[in-house]
Amino acid sequence: MNQKTDSFPEGSDFYSALKKRYRVASIWQILFLSALFVAMISLTALLYNVMDGAFGYIAYEYKNDPSEFTFTPVNELSKEELLTILQNNLSAGAYKKLDAEQAMPTRSQADLMNLFLERLLQIDTKQTWSMTESILQGNEIRQEAKTNYPEARIEFRSWLTPQFLVSSLSSRAEFAGVRTAVLGSLWLVGIAIAFALPIGTGAAIYLQEYAPKNWFTAIIQTNLNNLAGVPSIVYGMLGLAVFVRLLEPFTSGGIFGLTDANGRTVLSAGLTMGILVLPLIIINAQEAIKAVPDSLRQASFGVGATRWQTVWYHVLPNALPGILTGSILALSRALGETAPLIVVGASTFISVDPDGPFSKFTALPIQIYQWTTRAQSEFHAVAASGIIVLLVLLLTLNASAILLRNRFQRKL
Amino acid sequence: MENNNNHYSIETKDLSIHYGRFTAVRNVNLKVEKQKITAIIGPSGCGKSTLLRAFNRMNDFVSGSSVTGEIFLHGRNLYSKHVDPVEVRRKIGMVFQKPNPFPKSIYENIAWGARINGFKGKVDELVENSLRSAALWDEVKDKLQESAYALSGGQQQRLCIARAIAVQPEIILMDEPASALDPISTLRVEELLQELKKNYTILIVTHNMQQAARASDFTAMMMIDDQRAGGVIEFDDTKKIFTRPTDKRTEDYVTGRFG
Ligand SMILES: Nc1ncnc2c1ncn2[C@@H]1O[C@H](COP(=O)(O)OP(=O)(O)OP(=O)(O)O)[C@@H](O)[C@H]1O
Ligand SMILES: [Mg+2]
Repeated sequence: MNQKTDSFPEGSDFYSALKKRYRVASIWQILFLSALFVAMISLTALLYNVMDGAFGYIAYEYKNDPSEFTFTPVNELSKEELLTILQNNLSAGAYKKLDAEQAMPTRSQADLMNLFLERLLQIDTKQTWSMTESILQGNEIRQEAKTNYPEARIEFRSWLTPQFLVSSLSSRAEFAGVRTAVLGSLWLVGIAIAFALPIGTGAAIYLQEYAPKNWFTAIIQTNLNNLAGVPSIVYGMLGLAVFVRLLEPFTSGGIFGLTDANGRTVLSAGLTMGILVLPLIIINAQEAIKAVPDSLRQASFGVGATRWQTVWYHVLPNALPGILTGSILALSRALGETAPLIVVGASTFISVDPDGPFSKFTALPIQIYQWTTRAQSEFHAVAASGIIVLLVLLLTLNASAILLRNRFQRKL
Repeated sequence: MENNNNHYSIETKDLSIHYGRFTAVRNVNLKVEKQKITAIIGPSGCGKSTLLRAFNRMNDFVSGSSVTGEIFLHGRNLYSKHVDPVEVRRKIGMVFQKPNPFPKSIYENIAWGARINGFKGKVDELVENSLRSAALWDEVKDKLQESAYALSGGQQQRLCIARAIAVQPEIILMDEPASALDPISTLRVEELLQELKKNYTILIVTHNMQQAARASDFTAMMMIDDQRAGGVIEFDDTKKIFTRPTDKRTEDYVTGRFG
């Protein structure tokens, strides 16, 4: 029988042992708390760093004085006034060219203002300051600017403006925008997901529901797990070899009658990204399918369903939220990757919006990278604004994917 | 039906079931009578569920499992190459130990099986009749579109029975269908069995001796041998098994003196 022994501490022994147990517990608790703290600090630092660049004082000069064109203060000019000024002062050829791109009277006030600043006043940024400097040393900055650039105007500027979102790229930081890059990124992610989600889900279904468990499928599984960790540049090389070069007639649109394109299209890049996120999607979908209880499959088989009916009506709907979670991860990855895009040949300077799978394109991370490598400090401010746009885009796409997932989850 | 004069529904011949190298059930020869309730009893791990699942080829899904010997339904071996397991499961339905309704509406739980099997009649009627047969209609008739998960465990189990009936099988296999239920729900399921046996042949695994004695017409007693393979050691009228068993082990088991 179960005899009582005195191997367990009793009385004061018990209490001193208990005290020690609590001490150990609280040490671990403090460690976990500090880990959380470090994570929060890093995140805050990251966000702050980005914001710091995107707002701040700017000192700029106009090559031509505004009074040569109008007596209204520059930032109070109406659309009509701007139109007249541009009409009167631009060369007839230049005006015609702009009018051909988009009829001048239909352009927005902000657009016309940009043309005025760029073509006539010829704005020239002298120096920019970070947000922190601008807030802490506003007076000193103004003093400094006065002495260094006596002609310059100085104002606090947000580089992240509505204009920034809708403008295409420009060689002048003041007029640069992210529209082309955002559209490029959306095309890219769209193609990648459209390619990888069905294929990845299909592969996962096959592996989980159909494939026999043997050494061959074990090898495939191991390879999949490893593929998810392959450096992205390797996928870039693959994309270059396969999509850009080998399948050029297809990816360039050549076989669809397009003549001017080469294989460096958004389609090639999208498919490359698709391959890159494929292991991620497969592994996540497999986990989701595994999590569907066997009792459900048995219930389905039990009423005489075929395997396909079981998969289609029961396994897949129940695994869908998990599969979508995987595609959220894939989406974030595809949106942020830069290296493979450089390899498959994203254009670094392009102002034409991508308008189909066979377009040349650029993407947000490429543009941000491009801007940060420029020497002029105002481009760094543009890069910071670009990063904010990228982050917001990422959050928006993720949020919509999560909303979609939750809708599916609630239905069950 | 081909063998109208045959009053056996399903027969096994030297049936053995293996998981890999391990033989879980050895040499079972059973003749299950039509429109009767046959109980399978025996200690845990003796292969009752394994045997039951062999009848509608549910063991096919266990990788490494294999079957030797034969199971005949209307003279056809269910394990012959020419028999499609999907057809087998359509003819031989199953109710599992834990209620496992689909995460869908009550209505859809019943209608789905009929629909995928090409049912051409009126689905509404089928749903109502199946739920009535499972003695669930009155409780759920006002909430057919609600999730089956919102039902109690006992109601869910009766829904699973209704789901099995809806595809109109010949035989219904039940693996401890009342083990997760309270005594009242258990009794309701037992009453239900008596109703169902007018139209169906029922095979039921149970650990509950009173249930087997009360509800079944025939009883198969299973026990493992020295190699841990289960076999049917005695198969007879339920009355006989519970009053005058021939095997000492059966007597010990049904009177609770076992182990
Ligand atoms: N999927 C499986 N793979 C391998 N062995 C199994 C599997 N299922 C059951 N077995 C083995 O087969 C034997 C019989 O199991 P089974 O589940 O049929 O017993 P049972 O009589 O239903 O027991 P219980 O009354 O506890 O449900 C056991 O030894 C068990 O370990
Ligand atoms: Mg069992």
